[in-house]
Amino acid sequence: MIFLEGGRVVDPATRVDGIRTVILDGGRIKEVREQAPSPGERASNEVVDCRGLLVLPGLVDLHVHLREPGEEGKETIATGTRAAAAGGVTTVVAMPNTKPVCDSASVARFVQARAREAGFARVLPAGAITRGSLGESLSDMAELKDAGCICVTDDGRPVMSAGVMRRALEYARDLGLPVMVHAEDLTLTGPGCMNEGSVATRLGLPGIPAAAEVAMVQRDLLLAEMTGAHLHVAHVSAAGTVRAIREARARGVRVTAEATPHHFTLTDEAVAGALASVPAFRQEDAPPVEPYDTHAKMSPPLRSESDRQAIVGALSDGIIDAIATDHAPHGPLEKDVEFERAANGVIGLETSLALTLALVRAGDLALPRAVERLSSGPARCFGLPYGTLATGAPADVVLVDPDRAWKVDPQRFHSRSRNSPFATWTLRGRVIRTYLEGRLVHRSEE
Amino acid sequence: MASEFPRHLLDIESLRREQIEEVLGLAGRFKRERAAARAGKARAPRHQILPGRIVVTLFFEASTRTRSSFEVAAHALGAEVLSFQKDASSVTKGESLQDTVRNLEAIGADVLVVRHPAAGAPRAIARAVRASVINAGDGAHEHPTQALLDALTLREKLGTLEGKVISIVGDIAHSRVARSNVHCLSKLGSRVRVAGPSTLLPAGVEKLGCEVARTLPDALRDADAVMMLRIQQERIADARIPGTRDYARVWGLSARTLELLPPRAVVLHPGPVNRGVELSSEVMDGERSLVMDQVDSGVAVRMATLALCLGAA
Repeated sequence: MIFLEGGRVVDPATRVDGIRTVILDGGRIKEVREQAPSPGERASNEVVDCRGLLVLPGLVDLHVHLREPGEEGKETIATGTRAAAAGGVTTVVAMPNTKPVCDSASVARFVQARAREAGFARVLPAGAITRGSLGESLSDMAELKDAGCICVTDDGRPVMSAGVMRRALEYARDLGLPVMVHAEDLTLTGPGCMNEGSVATRLGLPGIPAAAEVAMVQRDLLLAEMTGAHLHVAHVSAAGTVRAIREARARGVRVTAEATPHHFTLTDEAVAGALASVPAFRQEDAPPVEPYDTHAKMSPPLRSESDRQAIVGALSDGIIDAIATDHAPHGPLEKDVEFERAANGVIGLETSLALTLALVRAGDLALPRAVERLSSGPARCFGLPYGTLATGAPADVVLVDPDRAWKVDPQRFHSRSRNSPFATWTLRGRVIRTYLEGRLVHRSEE
Repeated sequence: MASEFPRHLLDIESLRREQIEEVLGLAGRFKRERAAARAGKARAPRHQILPGRIVVTLFFEASTRTRSSFEVAAHALGAEVLSFQKDASSVTKGESLQDTVRNLEAIGADVLVVRHPAAGAPRAIARAVRASVINAGDGAHEHPTQALLDALTLREKLGTLEGKVISIVGDIAHSRVARSNVHCLSKLGSRVRVAGPSTLLPAGVEKLGCEVARTLPDALRDADAVMMLRIQQERIADARIPGTRDYARVWGLSARTLELLPPRAVVLHPGPVNRGVELSSEVMDGERSLVMDQVDSGVAVRMATLALCLGAA
């Protein structure tokens, strides 16, 4: 048995927030109790001194691109899950836009087998909504579910045909599979490469209006309402999306949603080289960069300050259930190019927790709520038995020093890619240890 | 004073008013000398400003006017000129922009004059090389020497730009000329107004520091000068305008709509002009048109820019 003693245990699923001892036994949580280990327990077990640390359930990230199979130069399942462990993430949902696309049992099984070999994090594959994610015909969803897929998504692109989307929602509902959507009306996006607005106008870059997302979210909410399916809205970027989800939920639509750390930390000013918007960051913590930094390019794009505030508000009031990274590794060939030609996406597994804690320090989010959005919130979206320290749950635990300052150096990331918009930032909150089913999978070197 | 001028000219937005005045002052002198030389009164003794320096024009987008203007300017200062025309789409994955320009630098370029379809590309190049970089137009971002030559032309005609009302009419969304001019003219004390169909007005354009007029009469009212922008055929395929005829009906400057402009106001166009669309032939060739004078200012402004960026003025 392992005794994690004296830390501040925050487990929103069981409403625990206080100094406790967590006991891990045989890969499961045996008990969370107030009483310190007895002399007898100390003598015969490993006891970890957690005083001054946060003891949290292992984090659950619903949106990760592991790039394997097919783009192992950017990331592999081993390097991506190693990065997850370093970020305190013990469960990741792997996006299906690999090469080949995860639209068959063989790819889904391959991903899980690779993850088991690596052993750093639990990987749950997402299957494609449509064959090849081409938006035309339905993938073999029953086969995908049997092979371990926990949701379907064509992430990276929308299902542009409303007719196909309607049938996908109906079919997925029968199987009990949530449908995760990358909501974007591509005809409104056009050649756009950043948020439409005064910053894009100043930089001379073609813009993407927020309506490109909101219009598609509205369509999918209507279809979810009509079909009774469970819709999960990926990477919410716009205030209009928050409003649409709020209204849909009020009328009983089954909808969950996630937001990324970059969307709640940055705005489109980052493309012009400006600083963080979160007040917790002082200027020296978040130094400005050159304009046209391709690390500020992603889909959906960074939006305005009012959009960012709407997302923060929705994380606080629960309209957004989960913080997910949309960890999207790319190499210099995709990123060290002209802004308009650069690939979309940034990595996030190793910075997500610290950026969330910045919202807590800024007073935007209470700590238990922040932990909930990183653990039991996402787990609940897809009905997963993770993200909690409840007795009998898998012993996924992360120890965090909430005050430890560290400088983000992408060269030291475990991820194979370096495309972080937070390079050179000083973040506060460092993962000290990560346990996956009772096994130590990460330990801070400092 | 010359040492204060930046090594690169990437945009107008980051220039200070004094720096703009410095370019205009020097360019004005060059322009008068060239005119005198043409009239046979004196030779322009400017070949000793950049002797043996190598100016490379690197154009990833077709252009004859701007490139020729830079090349004439470089020759006039005694520099060597090398010109490269590259199709941006043929710069394939694998050879990055930085690789391309490092090669040119190895040839010995002192200045790279860059035009590129991607906004921000000249800035990325400037980071990669030791040579000076002059932006000759990047996507819809900026075209600084165009704004400087427009400012020179206008200042000579209007005496000063302080307090003048300058309207820019047309495809503001896709225009680097519009952006550079808004920055340049407002730094010089003018009130800048932009106008065009809503489909061609970019979001939040007023934050650049200009006013927005919603109709051509509103754009022309009380203006001291109007700058008409070129409308491109692609805008029809983009569903931004129905066609050039419909556009001209609302936004074209003809003998009739010219009446809306105060009598002393002048007309500019960065060229090439679509006759009968933005400007009718009568207006383009009329006495209020400064189009040819703009071309003349262009060479002088580019001479001044080259000299200042190389610290040789």
